[in-house]
Amino acid sequence: MWEYAPAPESRDIANLKPSYRMFVDGEFVEGAGEPLKTVNPATEEVLAEVSTAGREDVDAAVKAARRAYDRVWGRMPGAERAKYIYRIARMIAERARELAVLESLDNGKPIKESRDVDVPTASAHFFYHAGWADKLAYAGLGPDPRPLGVAGQVIPWNFPLLMAAWKIAPALACGNTVVLKPAETTPLTALVLAEIIQQAELPPGVVNILPGAGDVGAELVSHNGIDKVAFTGSTEVGKLIQRSLAGRGRKLTLELGGKAANVVFDDAPLDQAVEGIVNGIFFNQGHVCCAGSRLLVQESVADEVVEKLHARISTLRVGDPLDKNTDVGAINSGEQLARITSLVEAGEQEGAEKWVSPCPLPEKGFYFAPTVFSGVSQAMRIAREEIFGPVLSVLTFRTPDEAVAKANNTPYGLSAGIWTDKGSRILWMADKLRAGVVWANTFNRFDPTAPFGGYQESGFGREGGRAGLEAYLDV
Amino acid sequence: MSDRLSVAKTYKLYIGGAFPRSESGRSYPVKDARGTFLANAAQGSRKDVRDAVVAARKAFPGWSGATAYNRGQVLYRVAELLEGRREQFVAETAASEGVAAKKAQSTVDAAIDRWVWYAGWPDKVASVLGASNPVAGPYFSFSVPEPTGVVGVLAPQASSLLGLVSVLAPVIATGNTAVVVTSQDRPLAAITLSEVLATSDVPGGVVNIVTGRTAELAPWLASHADVNALDLAGAPESMRAELEGAAADTVKRVLRAKGAEPDWTVQPDVSRLRAFLETKTVWHPIGV
Repeated sequence: MWEYAPAPESRDIANLKPSYRMFVDGEFVEGAGEPLKTVNPATEEVLAEVSTAGREDVDAAVKAARRAYDRVWGRMPGAERAKYIYRIARMIAERARELAVLESLDNGKPIKESRDVDVPTASAHFFYHAGWADKLAYAGLGPDPRPLGVAGQVIPWNFPLLMAAWKIAPALACGNTVVLKPAETTPLTALVLAEIIQQAELPPGVVNILPGAGDVGAELVSHNGIDKVAFTGSTEVGKLIQRSLAGRGRKLTLELGGKAANVVFDDAPLDQAVEGIVNGIFFNQGHVCCAGSRLLVQESVADEVVEKLHARISTLRVGDPLDKNTDVGAINSGEQLARITSLVEAGEQEGAEKWVSPCPLPEKGFYFAPTVFSGVSQAMRIAREEIFGPVLSVLTFRTPDEAVAKANNTPYGLSAGIWTDKGSRILWMADKLRAGVVWANTFNRFDPTAPFGGYQESGFGREGGRAGLEAYLDV
Repeated sequence: MSDRLSVAKTYKLYIGGAFPRSESGRSYPVKDARGTFLANAAQGSRKDVRDAVVAARKAFPGWSGATAYNRGQVLYRVAELLEGRREQFVAETAASEGVAAKKAQSTVDAAIDRWVWYAGWPDKVASVLGASNPVAGPYFSFSVPEPTGVVGVLAPQASSLLGLVSVLAPVIATGNTAVVVTSQDRPLAAITLSEVLATSDVPGGVVNIVTGRTAELAPWLASHADVNALDLAGAPESMRAELEGAAADTVKRVLRAKGAEPDWTVQPDVSRLRAFLETKTVWHPIGV
């Protein structure tokens, strides 16, 4: 293995401020909630203090969004809305490097991912949806589809800026106004996005951003003044939200957990497959709802694939998220680290064979070495539950039918992967897999034009593409 | 008037292509709009609902996997058979809904025409709702609509045939399988429809029809873990919130009902087709 000299991005680029405030009605204001301290998970040091929303702040934000909807945004011609959204797309791109460094500081993800995936894709989402704002009549949802009104949106900590973009861009394009709650542990980039929104001169109240914990999210989604709820997060919380909104007539879309099967056939180009498997589970430390966390390998190549995987994973550099050479960064929080640790213990207790990358880990910060379990059976918790960390479970199969049965043996249905050189088998598998996104001979690809979302308990509604517009229109 | 005594029909459930009585052994009297006895209908139970869900799940791979052309043909064949039973449906609709013969005729005609309309959809939904996604990279990406799975349908209470057809046809046209709880007080047209389906080419289990008390059956359907979606069209207003809440335990898709029963004669759009479809996006690299 080559030794690499450290190549860290400078944290100064993030323009980190000692304190951040909520964004309501076009202004940055103090919230009534207890301020939170957001922590750099790579070092456990406090990055900044962030004001959080109290009950009355949620109410004020919803009212501001309603005013903006009634008076300005809801009646503005689509072509004008489009130009505001284009501005946001461009300004994200202009501040891309700053946003990427800030994202890596606050979230712990490697700079190469925030730089190459999170930030450019966030900008692309605004750019794509901007163009829809005056073309909604062509979306196949009727001649004059109307917006819903005020959208309450709650997003997770794994892709803080990107998830904000996935939520805000289509909502605005369709003519809705927004109150968004970023995750408790990763509020910073959403608040810089608020700055961009302010600089883009979006009318006050069209977008409001309320940092805080789950109680703020609960207050928001149940507030009487909103017309639409969009939530990305755990299936557990998604069910609570769906239940709490029952009978209230509010449009709801949920993007929840997953336990994706990544299916490798014996005719797959194995070196390429190994790269895809590694990307599938270690991208973003495995903090990905669509992560390829269940590897299903055809029995005849299982030993070879596992051996190649161990060799490849051993070369992954785990450490400083700001280092451009880092492959796997920090686990987002101590709480998540504890959850991963406990599920890994369960895997050992249930008899799976554990292999851990021999990589050195930094002394400070929340880190977890890439881990692979072989000899996993379907009944084990590590094969059923979402770990949301850099832990891969390897199962085997003999026939394509068995692969399909095992892949579909889950209440989830977000994503799946297929590795084979045989075209007809790819299409057959893609047809049989009950999942919203199927990657064949690739994994973890995202694009604003390609609808993303789950089957079954992975949620409902799509984000991206023409299909994603439905979530924000009264159709 | 003939002196001949007519042969009365026993109205039963329709589950997995067969016509069982309710396992509970219960029945309830069905009356016409004036309160005159028409027939006894099976009073379905929780167990009947569960049997129906099992049958619907079993039928799902075959029906969802059939070619769209085939599903369209099978559904069109149903319309042909409905036409053949037109007089029977007119009589049942007139009796159950308490309308004049002319109104009953136009309702039945609309129901048959509605079925034909939906029979034309299976081989078009993918073109209309699917997409080729122009992603920014060397990948071929496309999105196709796929059926959600087993759909629980609470059929409209007032419009016993046209309403039923309007909610059932889109569910199966898109490749789902259905468990229908019929109109509680007007179940006869639904049972006759099941006889049509049984003699058509629709595979057993694709449509399962349970008669009985809506308030008793609906919660079992809403909370059943192997039901993927729920249509609340015929749910009593007082129960809708509770049913939607029960559906949340397995993240079911819920098609809500708004206010009182709508006018089913209005020409539908694609929203009922969209309601029980998932979008699947597939990616593959492009390269040499």
